Amino acid sequence: MDSEDDFMSAVSSGDDVHLDDSDNDDMSGADDFDFDDEPDPDLGMPKDIMQKKRVAYDISFKVFQPSDIQKQQDDLINEVNLILDISKEEAAILLRYFRWNKERLIEDYMDKSRQVLDAAGLAHTTTSLPKLEVIPGFVCDICCEDGEGLQSFAIKCGHRYCVDCYRHYLSQKIREEGEAARIQCPADGCSLIIDARSLDLLVTPELTERYHALLNRTYVEDKDNLKWCPAPDCQNAIECGVKKKDLDKVVPTVSCLCSHRFCFGCILSDHQPAPCNLVKRWLKKCADDSETANWISANTKECPKCNSTIEKNGGCNHMTCRKCRHEFCWMCMGPWSEHGTSWYNCNRFEERSGTEARDAQAKSRVSLERYLHYYNRYANHEQSARLDQDIYHKTEKKMVQLQRESGMSWIEVQYLNSASQALQTCRQTLMWTYAFAFYLARNNLTEIFEDNQKDLEMAVEALSEMFEKPVTELADPKLKVVIMDKTSYCSKRRVILLEDTAQNLAEGRWTFNVDLTGSGSNDGPSTTR
Amino acid sequence: MASQKRIAKELSECMANPPAGMRVSLANDADVHKWHIVLEGPPNTPYVGGTFGLVIVLPPEYPFKAPVVTFATRIYHPNVTNDTPGKICLGLLKTENWKPSFKIQTVLQAVRGLLVEPQPDDPLEARIADEFRSDRKEFEKNARQYVTQYAKGPVKFDKKLTSTAGDAAATPGASSS
Ligand SMILES: [Zn+2]
Ligand SMILES: [Zn+2]
Ligand SMILES: [Zn+2]
Ligand SMILES: [Zn+2]
Ligand SMILES: [Zn+2]
Ligand SMILES: [Zn+2]
Repeated sequence: MDSEDDFMSAVSSGDDVHLDDSDNDDMSGADDFDFDDEPDPDLGMPKDIMQKKRVAYDISFKVFQPSDIQKQQDDLINEVNLILDISKEEAAILLRYFRWNKERLIEDYMDKSRQVLDAAGLAHTTTSLPKLEVIPGFVCDICCEDGEGLQSFAIKCGHRYCVDCYRHYLSQKIREEGEAARIQCPADGCSLIIDARSLDLLVTPELTERYHALLNRTYVEDKDNLKWCPAPDCQNAIECGVKKKDLDKVVPTVSCLCSHRFCFGCILSDHQPAPCNLVKRWLKKCADDSETANWISANTKECPKCNSTIEKNGGCNHMTCRKCRHEFCWMCMGPWSEHGTSWYNCNRFEERSGTEARDAQAKSRVSLERYLHYYNRYANHEQSARLDQDIYHKTEKKMVQLQRESGMSWIEVQYLNSASQALQTCRQTLMWTYAFAFYLARNNLTEIFEDNQKDLEMAVEALSEMFEKPVTELADPKLKVVIMDKTSYCSKRRVILLEDTAQNLAEGRWTFNVDLTGSGSNDGPSTTR
Repeated sequence: MASQKRIAKELSECMANPPAGMRVSLANDADVHKWHIVLEGPPNTPYVGGTFGLVIVLPPEYPFKAPVVTFATRIYHPNVTNDTPGKICLGLLKTENWKPSFKIQTVLQAVRGLLVEPQPDDPLEARIADEFRSDRKEFEKNARQYVTQYAKGPVKFDKKLTSTAGDAAATPGASSS
């Protein structure tokens, strides 16, 4: 158990429970992130464990780096250049005009080349190249200047402005609004797009680089199956075939080479198992009800036994009161001793019988309690994930220290990194299971879901507790094995939960207590049941 | 800066020939970038009989950047925040829609148009928008009540709120009173 793989592979990608394939995680192979067509690596493991079988929540996608994106554009430009016998520059302009739909461009061009060139601002036979002009008596409508010899410019619509105003307008659009390929004529009510040749003439040298970078961006932005990775400073784009209309059946989670995991449908961070519409609705509800719910996410609570104030400073929800030593659960405030037992339901909201909630006020109260039950747990995991990260950063420093003192290698302490990442990923999933559960209407499947949720939660809390041990204890080789086991168990529980939810989602077997297909009307605490 | 000439021209046009039901002046004579507008509530709307103060702040980059328009008088409206200064949601003021050829006249007309025809699908106050859609009578009653409460008599332009580009209220110390 001391090869590099054992330490490095455990949870380097959140989904990866197959502990032995770090050899295949060659991140440079950006073009092939689609595991489907990879041959199974034969490492002498039983096939059923090793098989990279497509799980229900696993969607296929590819990561493209800037050079890949450039190459794809160049290839298309070259192709059109050859087929239509036009210059590469013109091919690029036409492709952008046709939103990179090569087939449509070629078809339309064959059909009516004159109109196509005209529409894209390339009609060199009808109008001469764009140029600046001095027109006697001209008054610029933007700056109201009318000086003699004032240079002015207009695109084909004839709306003429002085060159300073035109340049100012363009630099505003390019530098501050990030527009390039579809900037309109500055005139009120005129929607004619300023063509690329006019832009080349007008864009000042210090903006050309930015302008060309923006033109490049349109390639990704114009394609429905391409999206930029939203991580700050990341230049990669992801290709994924999941369509907007599929989003009630699948939660398309992708992960970039920069390790950021996000939803291809809505660009938010990984929100499995909850579908995009549910997430949107939940976030809106949380924002609307933030005042009601705010007190819950506070960092301090009172011990349920002696009422002394307890501050939460780690991710673990197993709390021990410093004063009376009472052990309780931060989420439900129930005794911790009962949490390990099979009958205890920290995660399930017990619906009261209908008789109790007869009048509107009582109904509204039950509905609010129900919301708070789920919000409480959602917010707790969100907060815990943050605290776990803090703890990891603190631990990381100590590990460096420990390495120096004990002679342990950097590789040998990486199991903590894996544990930390597993905690983050699992808490992220857990967090969203509570939003999911809030909108879930009970049917014969909800119990399995709640059991899975509970199992994952218990696994996470157990690992979290280990993880918070003092560094001196963490260095113990026995504890290290325990943490590694718990880490992989957590990841396994997460996969089980996600597989179950994704499969039922794909087959339309969940019933929700709100309509998730529509645009989502308001559902305050009083209207939700 | 080149924008001075343009602003001066617009100002003299607006003062000489103001849009229907409006009076235009400068917040103080030394600064052409801050305008005060007094707007009469349009007829056939619940705002009739009220007088509303509007503050228009022209950014240094005007007309390449849109003016900032706020209500100095409280108003019950789906597209105006229910506080002072009341922020307005107006499509043509949005960065992606603004064009340097738009005039303040156009903006003022659009604000007035918003009073005549609220846009509940693009609300700043979701609750008022819901009410506007589902219970027009109640909405009109509330809007009229606001007029009686806040929009009668001469408009008061709060110095504190209009002294800078609209964020004076956020400076520390402003909250102590
Ligand atoms: Zn000009
Ligand atoms: Zn035009
Ligand atoms: Zn990335
Ligand atoms: Zn999503
Ligand atoms: Zn206690
Ligand atoms: Zn609990």
